[in-house]
Amino acid sequence: MIKVEHLHKSFGDFKALKDISLEINDGEIVSLIGPSGSGKSTLLRCIHGLEKAESGKIWLDGELMDPAKKEQYAAQRKKMGFVFQHFNLFNNKTVLENCMLAQTSVLGKSETEAQATAMEYLTKVGMADKASSYPSRLSGGQKQRAAIARALCMNPEMMLFDEPTSALDPEMIKEVLDVMKDLGRQGMTMIVVTHEMGFARKVGNRVVFLEAGEIIEENESEAFFSNPSSERAKDFLSKVFYD
Amino acid sequence: MADIFTYDNLIFMAKGAMFSVLLALGAVVIGCMLGIIFSIFKLSKSKILNWLGNIYVEIFRGTPMLLQILFFYLGVPVLYQRITGTRMNANPYIVGLIALSFNSGAYQTELIRSGIQGVDKGQWEACETLGIGYKTMMKEIILPQAFKQIVPPLVSEFIMLIKDSSLISNIGALELLYAAQVLGKKYYDYLDPLIIAAVMYLTLTILVSWLSKKVERRLAISD
Repeated sequence: MIKVEHLHKSFGDFKALKDISLEINDGEIVSLIGPSGSGKSTLLRCIHGLEKAESGKIWLDGELMDPAKKEQYAAQRKKMGFVFQHFNLFNNKTVLENCMLAQTSVLGKSETEAQATAMEYLTKVGMADKASSYPSRLSGGQKQRAAIARALCMNPEMMLFDEPTSALDPEMIKEVLDVMKDLGRQGMTMIVVTHEMGFARKVGNRVVFLEAGEIIEENESEAFFSNPSSERAKDFLSKVFYD
Repeated sequence: MADIFTYDNLIFMAKGAMFSVLLALGAVVIGCMLGIIFSIFKLSKSKILNWLGNIYVEIFRGTPMLLQILFFYLGVPVLYQRITGTRMNANPYIVGLIALSFNSGAYQTELIRSGIQGVDKGQWEACETLGIGYKTMMKEIILPQAFKQIVPPLVSEFIMLIKDSSLISNIGALELLYAAQVLGKKYYDYLDPLIIAAVMYLTLTILVSWLSKKVERRLAISD
């Protein structure tokens, strides 16, 4: 379970997050949506610690995340898998090596153990046949599925997705969303920054709508999409849905 | 002039060429290690390490290499004598190697630094989210990718070193140019030995260029 309390973050004069408080329960799939520049990616990056918030607290399973307590903080971050918009697979490593490096160097697993785990997850995301390929030889969808497998190899308790399909060609979006849907079905806690409204509605349990660094509305997915209560959410939805 | 082209003379010059290449090779390898260390210093968050990296680069890039060679050969033994009171005889080959390495290290520091900074920020963030430590990240991810980008300038650096190793003829190390000068003196003919030396330098440097193209092609496998 994750709890965010009064989070603030600025980039220079720009206030990216203003007093964000949020709770995410185990097994929940929460979609962070909103216009670009609304702070949804920044919020996700703050939760993982890729960005340092100026003030506010983040609690993971009841424990405060405190960068000053190095070992505890590192252990807490290991509970969260992170998937990037631009995949960020290691370019100089094959797909299999991508999935093995952190297992051997961080978890201290043997090569054989790491390889077995890597192949297990690569099979799960349908990438086993590409295990020996370099990222440059893969399509966007394949890269993202490999990146998801790489994160899963670390056996995280929850997965954070930062616009996982925004850099993909349209015909590849579904293969990635399918993998994410399966993950959700298996009970993985997920926070997903996304523009895929269909995914947020059908797979997500809850929607958090942000604009200009503030949470404007928060509701069960179906209720949010069928009946948004705030004007700004209504306006946003009318712009993203074309009919 | 024909009598200068004897087997013995050519072997004599080839030996000199071999020393030039060995020195350049040694210097490029040691310089690379220095370059990795000082580039990491320059990119470090620590002000003291930044400062050390900057001082090193400025000193060795900002003074003539011949001065550095003479300093290590003639200056350092005096310093040693002043401190310990005993004399030290510097070996010109070792001194040459040290001077060339430190000089090349300064240039390679800047090369490697730009290579490291050229690696996509996402690669660092991926390491961070997976919990991969700094040392593993550098060794497995960042440096290999940085080096791939700087192979062409590194090869230029190696070619420069093959040529610049001629400067240590000044302290009596028998490399290719020194061998040419020895023969020139012996036969009262500088033209032919210098032409032979030039041809040998060119053969070496063209060979290096050719090899580097093969290396680049192999490295392109993951592109």
